[in-house]
Amino acid sequence: MSFLIGQQMTGGYGAADILHDCTIGVDKGEIAVIVGPNGAGKSTAMKAVFGMLPLRHGQVLFDGEDVTLLKPEERVLKGMGFVPQTHNVFISLSVEENLEMGAFIRQDDIRDSIAQVYDLFPILKEKRKQPAGQLSGGQRQQVAVGRALMTHPKVLMLDEPTAGVSPIVMDELFDRILEIARLDVAILMVEQNAKQALEIADKGYVLVQGRNRFTDSGEALLANSEVRRAFLGG
Amino acid sequence: MIDVINAAALLGNFLVIPGLTYGSQLALGALGVTLVYSVLRFSNFAHGETMAFGAMLTILVTWGLQALGVSIQPLPTALLALPFGIIGTIAFTLLIDRSVYAYHRQRKASPVVFLIVSIGVMFVMGGLIRFIIGPNDQIFFDGARFIISARDFKRMTGLEEGLAIRMTQAVTILTAIVIVILLFWFLNHTRTGKSMRAYSDNENLALLSGINPQRVVMITWILVATLATIAGTLYGLDKSFKPFVYMQLLLPIFASAIVGGVGNPLGAIAGGYVIAFSELILTFAYKKVIQYLTPDGIEIESLMQILGTDYKIAVSFIILVIVLVVRPTGLFQGKTL
Repeated sequence: MSFLIGQQMTGGYGAADILHDCTIGVDKGEIAVIVGPNGAGKSTAMKAVFGMLPLRHGQVLFDGEDVTLLKPEERVLKGMGFVPQTHNVFISLSVEENLEMGAFIRQDDIRDSIAQVYDLFPILKEKRKQPAGQLSGGQRQQVAVGRALMTHPKVLMLDEPTAGVSPIVMDELFDRILEIARLDVAILMVEQNAKQALEIADKGYVLVQGRNRFTDSGEALLANSEVRRAFLGG
Repeated sequence: MIDVINAAALLGNFLVIPGLTYGSQLALGALGVTLVYSVLRFSNFAHGETMAFGAMLTILVTWGLQALGVSIQPLPTALLALPFGIIGTIAFTLLIDRSVYAYHRQRKASPVVFLIVSIGVMFVMGGLIRFIIGPNDQIFFDGARFIISARDFKRMTGLEEGLAIRMTQAVTILTAIVIVILLFWFLNHTRTGKSMRAYSDNENLALLSGINPQRVVMITWILVATLATIAGTLYGLDKSFKPFVYMQLLLPIFASAIVGGVGNPLGAIAGGYVIAFSELILTFAYKKVIQYLTPDGIEIESLMQILGTDYKIAVSFIILVIVLVVRPTGLFQGKTL
């Protein structure tokens, strides 16, 4: 049983289901990656785990506790962090204010956490007084991840963290994500750049039309010729 | 040389000081409109009546204090009554939010529904105000009339023209400065203020960060009621309190908010002064100023007015239209709080 697991999730936004019997899980210190073609329900599966999608069947267990009926903000309190794909920073707030808002639910001293985020993303320290809206795409993603880290989540969920950033920035972001996983944080992410993402993944989920198609270690999926041909472009 | 100073004193007396006063009143009003717009995301047409309501409560308390013989000479008693007016208006505004707006918020109604609802609130509040205090002019000003009267100024300087500073003008401008500083300090340096800005910037992310939207909405109404009461009372002190006038104030207030860039508090303040000075500059009679500045003996027949004072309201309308056509984002790039 994984630390965080969405089991046999079935559901959608309206009458039609998008997810069918889909299972996604991740353990502490592990990176799990959801890949698949466009419209496979990757982001939807992640949103389902985070409570942003009503489920008709299935359940979400977090640290052994059933959180299926909790609202997203309640799951944040439990120790789940979520970085949406777009609109994931407060553009008119400074970098530091973004981090402060990330820690809004905490009543204790947050200076250590801010320092930690700055250690992880040194560029943010330099730009801490700048509005997040003035940063480059890669820097914004760092702010977004930093904001989610401020609550010291046990699980960090990232919806396409490398969307729209250059390959160099992507590599750097993946390095940082590996570093976060080493702090014993469970990381669940959806990725378009399937190949690179599977390279750093402990676990990979290939979804097709809202169903689990392949589930294996990242390494095994990369080695799987069918996966390579169908989803990784050869 | 003395003529130039006389002309300057004349302009100061009839244009600069009244402009700063009126601009401060508009700025405070526009700040309230901007707060509602950027946090609750609708144009609050009831804001003028909220100002009138706040001013009315302050007047009632002022009368009570005057009857008790309480005064803070030379300052107007209304300043002492202001906190009571603010508390009453906050309570009333929160009641309206709870009973009217909350329902539409829950249904995630579109901004246009909120706008129409706020027009309803405007009429109800207007009716209530006229029911309580009547439609007539109310004078509640007391205390010293002038800080420097025109006569004193002339005696002190030996000039022909007097530069008077009325107590209400000084009180208005100083209060506006203090309130604006406090508001910006609150928004930029307190946790609650920052959470308001965050909510106005990105509602979903604010939710994900654990910011309680109900609290943000409540604090917004508290700030709006406070600003409205202060603006309404200052306007009433400076001119006079007449319920219908506050409804007409809505146009210059919205013009100020839009000219400055809707949703931007700095813009609202700048917009207030732009509208106030435009109205005054365009409707001012320059005859005497020109007489001072031209050689003696030149007869000027007309008042040298660009527009008659009747067109004052039209000026804010024209500026509003020009801004919307030429620079729809307003002077300051329209952004969130």
